[in-house]
Amino acid sequence: MTSICNSSAPQPLAATPLVLPMSEGHVRAGFPSPAEDFAVNRLDLTQILVTHPQATFLLRVAGTSMREAGIDDGDTLVVDKAIKPRHGHVVVAVVDGEFTVKYLHQRAGRVRLKAANPTFPDIVPKDGQTVEVWGVVSSCIKRFTV
Amino acid sequence: MYALVDGNNFYVSCERVFRPSLNGRPVIVLSNNDGCAIARSNEAKALGIQMGAPWFKIRHLEQDAGLVALSANFTLYGDMSNRMMSLAAGLGPTQEIYSIDESFIGLQGVRGDLVSRALKVRARIHQWTGIPTCIGIAPTKTLAKLANHIAKTAERKPGSYPQVLAQVCNLATLPAQDLDEVLQATAVGEVWGVGPRIAQQLQDGGIQTVLDLTRMDAATIRRGWSVTLEKTVRELQGQSCIELDDAPGPKQQIACTRSFGKPMHELEPLVEAVSEFAGRAAEKLRKQNCLASELLVFMHTSPYRPGAQCSRSVVVPLRRPTDDTLALAQAAADGMRYMYVPGFRFIKAGVILVELQPASVQQWELDLEPLEHEDAATATTPRDRSRLMTAMDAINCRYGKGTVHSAATGKAGPKREWGMKQERRTPQYTTRLEDVPVVRT
Repeated sequence: MTSICNSSAPQPLAATPLVLPMSEGHVRAGFPSPAEDFAVNRLDLTQILVTHPQATFLLRVAGTSMREAGIDDGDTLVVDKAIKPRHGHVVVAVVDGEFTVKYLHQRAGRVRLKAANPTFPDIVPKDGQTVEVWGVVSSCIKRFTV
Repeated sequence: MYALVDGNNFYVSCERVFRPSLNGRPVIVLSNNDGCAIARSNEAKALGIQMGAPWFKIRHLEQDAGLVALSANFTLYGDMSNRMMSLAAGLGPTQEIYSIDESFIGLQGVRGDLVSRALKVRARIHQWTGIPTCIGIAPTKTLAKLANHIAKTAERKPGSYPQVLAQVCNLATLPAQDLDEVLQATAVGEVWGVGPRIAQQLQDGGIQTVLDLTRMDAATIRRGWSVTLEKTVRELQGQSCIELDDAPGPKQQIACTRSFGKPMHELEPLVEAVSEFAGRAAEKLRKQNCLASELLVFMHTSPYRPGAQCSRSVVVPLRRPTDDTLALAQAAADGMRYMYVPGFRFIKAGVILVELQPASVQQWELDLEPLEHEDAATATTPRDRSRLMTAMDAINCRYGKGTVHSAATGKAGPKREWGMKQERRTPQYTTRLEDVPVVRT
């Protein structure tokens, strides 16, 4: 004979309280949306503008020497510190302890920082000094008064 | 195998990312209220500034040595920590975030040269976030922490340890004799889990260096001290006793304590302050989905100021476990009114929520008294305000802390009499659009 429970001693139902969640599901009547199978996420600006979230910072522009590059006073720059700076990049560099935004110019082993406006002088590191690039500018956000 | 990744002089390093002019200068970060130094640049350490040095004692160094002192900007440090931790996680398959600037990484299954891998992660954290780190690697957490100390000290003080151990130190691959030399060169007080008192006792017992402690018999340590110290010794001997805690459980207690911008002696502002602290603590409590059954309120005078000292605290039991800001603020205010004594200049107060329990498990009660209590404003009110609390949290999350708060906390804003003194705080560079750093063209 097989017995399911061969003891007459009381059996505990459960040692710990069992928490049952309330179901949040609904049963809907009516027509299903024809778009349901095509649903994807809406475009997300953060995803478009930010490749390396941990390395991305926003900086505000002051000054006009980069206007010809589309970077104007009051614009907001998206700066990515993960990108390796190369010739032609717009970069945020540290000059005398201050942030400055310029084109990075690297030719024949010489590095200099150039403004987009040619009337501004280039920044050339003095002997023994290096140009410290803080990050590479990947976008410029320009907001209009609306 | 474990690694410990730790940000160097973390708060100072965070400030320097956005103010490069601070590089090379002695810089310290002051605790809430500009009380004492809680982070020091290497240059500040070289000036002899100790951890925790009261600001008024070192203030003269501003004039004499070009010292820069900044108020703590925890919003900034929290964001930078987040960035650093998510990059440190790339070192191995598991991670325990141990503090704002330290995280343990489990290295099980990681192949190849650990040191070169660690150097790469270190370089990436530095380039991506601007934060310099040191990494210690060893078979146990206690040894990894020690390895980190060695990596840091070797970098900061050339000659203290072999130069190859600077920045990244792997104790597991060190030849036995070299390992002994390194442990011999390290004071026993540097060991994780050995506090100043135990260090003194060990030294009195002739155990001066980490090597001495490592060579102790674990059973002797257990008899003479404790099981905890025995674990530490076993860990130093290479036997892993402390597991990686990659999902820390909910906190057992939640505290919100602050020093005041200036000493307080009137009752009403003190009541406002603890009501506010209770609100902040309640917010944290709801975040971890818990209820509190008791609330502790305390206050004390400044140990640095001459005159009579006073330190009071009281535990306020709550009629029913709750996460309701209004109920907790009321309890904190009741506690303050109960323990308040006039005639003292109180410098610090706080609220600690204890006896926490998960909100999902509720102890129902016999219906011995009417649910709608006669005095609806007291802590015993059973009215369900959970929707109000959810709305409050949502508003404060979206529009900033303290946008809506209990009226008992008084006029919002920095003008509050008991508000924090943060005269030297830098902007919230990474979390407020108005505060982002300015770059000249």
